[in-house]
This record gives sequence, structure tokens and C-alpha cells, in this order.
Amino acid sequence: MHEVGIASSILEASLAETARRPGARLVSIGVRVGVLSGVDADALQFAFECLVADTDERNVAFSVETCPRVNRCEQCGHEFDSPSNAPFTDAPCPQCQCRQTRFVSGDQLDLKFIEVEEP
Amino acid sequence: MTVVRMEEKVLNENQRIALDLRRRFQENQVLCLNLVSSPGSGKTTLLESTLASFRPEERVAVLTGDLQTENDARRLMRYGFPVQQIVTGGVCHLDGKMIERALGKWSLADLDILFIENVGNLVCPSSYDLGEESKIVLLSVTEGEDKPLKYPSMFHKASLLVLTKIDLLPYVPFDIDAARANARSVHPEMEILEVSCSTGKGMDAWLAWLRKRRATTGMLTVER
Repeated sequence: MHEVGIASSILEASLAETARRPGARLVSIGVRVGVLSGVDADALQFAFECLVADTDERNVAFSVETCPRVNRCEQCGHEFDSPSNAPFTDAPCPQCQCRQTRFVSGDQLDLKFIEVEEP
Repeated sequence: MTVVRMEEKVLNENQRIALDLRRRFQENQVLCLNLVSSPGSGKTTLLESTLASFRPEERVAVLTGDLQTENDARRLMRYGFPVQQIVTGGVCHLDGKMIERALGKWSLADLDILFIENVGNLVCPSSYDLGEESKIVLLSVTEGEDKPLKYPSMFHKASLLVLTKIDLLPYVPFDIDAARANARSVHPEMEILEVSCSTGKGMDAWLAWLRKRRATTGMLTVER
């Protein structure tokens, strides 16, 4: 729902970084989106494409890396991705079946990198 | 071609404002609570009952957000505490800048508790930190008990779940144990309260939760 605002924050930060490099042209943007970030990767992609459609950035490539929910087992310390059919809930540790697990990551909403062409 | 590592939060600017707000709340020992839920879960009603139970000398204020109208602010103003409506004009969430702007008119030193009633929406408000001490999510028994599974991001980020309208339980198919289990499967450490603002059931526990949170805020050491 708010993906347009987020896409425009991403574009703004990317263009600001590009502008710091004289003569540089923005070529691609890479972002990281966790399953618990509240942002949908497809909607973000779509929002970005709409945003740049009639601008100088229309050819900028936009790639989204989706990150799973990662939990750590409190008993054996094993870190594991939640299964893709239940990405949001606390699954038991696949190594020792222990249910005491702690959330490690999965709420990322990060601008990973940009690629620029420099003269 | 040059690859520039960015490794920054997309909502960098909001995060910066939120951190600044959090520092201000801590310095002034204000407990700031961000209330979130679907539209119609009873955020305004819970706040009305809460304000009604406070003595007039309590140092409490409310910021309430909606896409349009000042209706909620009008409802909340009747209790004599400072209330401000934030009309977002179509934006589906409150962000740090809106809070910062609204607070411009108030002195935080005069407050103990600040309630922020977010826009009714279980999706977008979860992405925007407002500098609050905790998010509180409301779920009414006229909704589905699977809401925590459908909107995990919000239930994951909230530290307290308040199940509202529990006086309606005899009339609706809501499975309250399933709701609790669903919330805990998304967020194992989540605290859960059950409240009815119509009958007053559970209000004591809610007010006790507030008092306890308030007491811990007073003891927080300010990070500089």
C-alpha cells in the first residue's frame, strides 16, 4: 500500500549518491526486503517502474532480494530459515526440534547497492 | 561500471527523526505508545475509556491520525486532556515528520504519557518508527482470529496485543485461544490483554499495564 513512497525514498537516495559523483549515471539499484518488513517485493518493483516510467531513470534496473525469517535455536544455537510455507511463524529447530527459538532477522528494508557509470 | 555499496535503511530519514523523537521522549521521561489496528477495532474507544479513568491532573496527551476529518480528536477532547488531530490527507500511516511537527506546539516536559493513535491499517504503519517506546496492537473479537497470521509484520513489532470488544464473545464465532496462539506463533514474547470498554471488563489490567510501563520509563537512563 505504501510501496510508492518507499520506492521514491529508494530512488531519492540513489540519485543523491549518484549526484555526488561528477558525470555519473545511475544504472541499477539493489534492495533487500525481509518477509516481515511489511513491504511486498512485487508491489515495490511495480511502484518503482511506474515512478521512473517517463523520466531519465526509466532504464535503471531494479532488483529486489527477498530475505526469509531467520530464527536461532536457544538450545543448540542453530540458525535456520523459517520454512517457505510458514514464513512468518516460529517453526521448531530443524536440528534438535526444540521450540525455544529467537528471531534473528527478516524485517530488512535496505538499500544494498547502486551501480553507476562514470566517465 | 562502479558498484557503490550503500547498506542503509530505505527509511533512513524517518529513522533519523524517530531516533531523535525517542531521545526527546526519554530525556523528558515521557512514555510514548503507538496504537495500531485495523479500522474499527476500537483504538479511539479504548483511549476514551482510558482518559475517562484518569484524574484531571494526570499529564497525558493524544495525537490521533486519520486520512480525513477531526472526528476522533473531537471525541477525545471531551476528557480535558490535550488532543491533536493529524489529518494525513490520504497517506495510509503516520510518519516521524508528522509527529515531530505536531509536537512543536507542546512541551514534552509537561507530559508523562503520550498516546499516538495511528491510522487504522495493519500494514503500512508497521514500517514507520515514530520514536515510541512500544507499539500496541488491537484486535477486536468481531475480526478474524487469524489476523496475526495474515498481518505478521505488525504483530511481530507490537509488544502488547489488546483483544477488544470481549463482551461480544457470546455472539461471535471468534476463538480467543486460537487468536492468542496465532499471536504468539508470530511473536512468542507478546503480552496479551482482554478488554471490553462497554462493560469495563479488563480495564483494570490495562491501566495496571500502563502504570507499570510508566514506572519503568521513569527509570530509563537516557542514551546520549
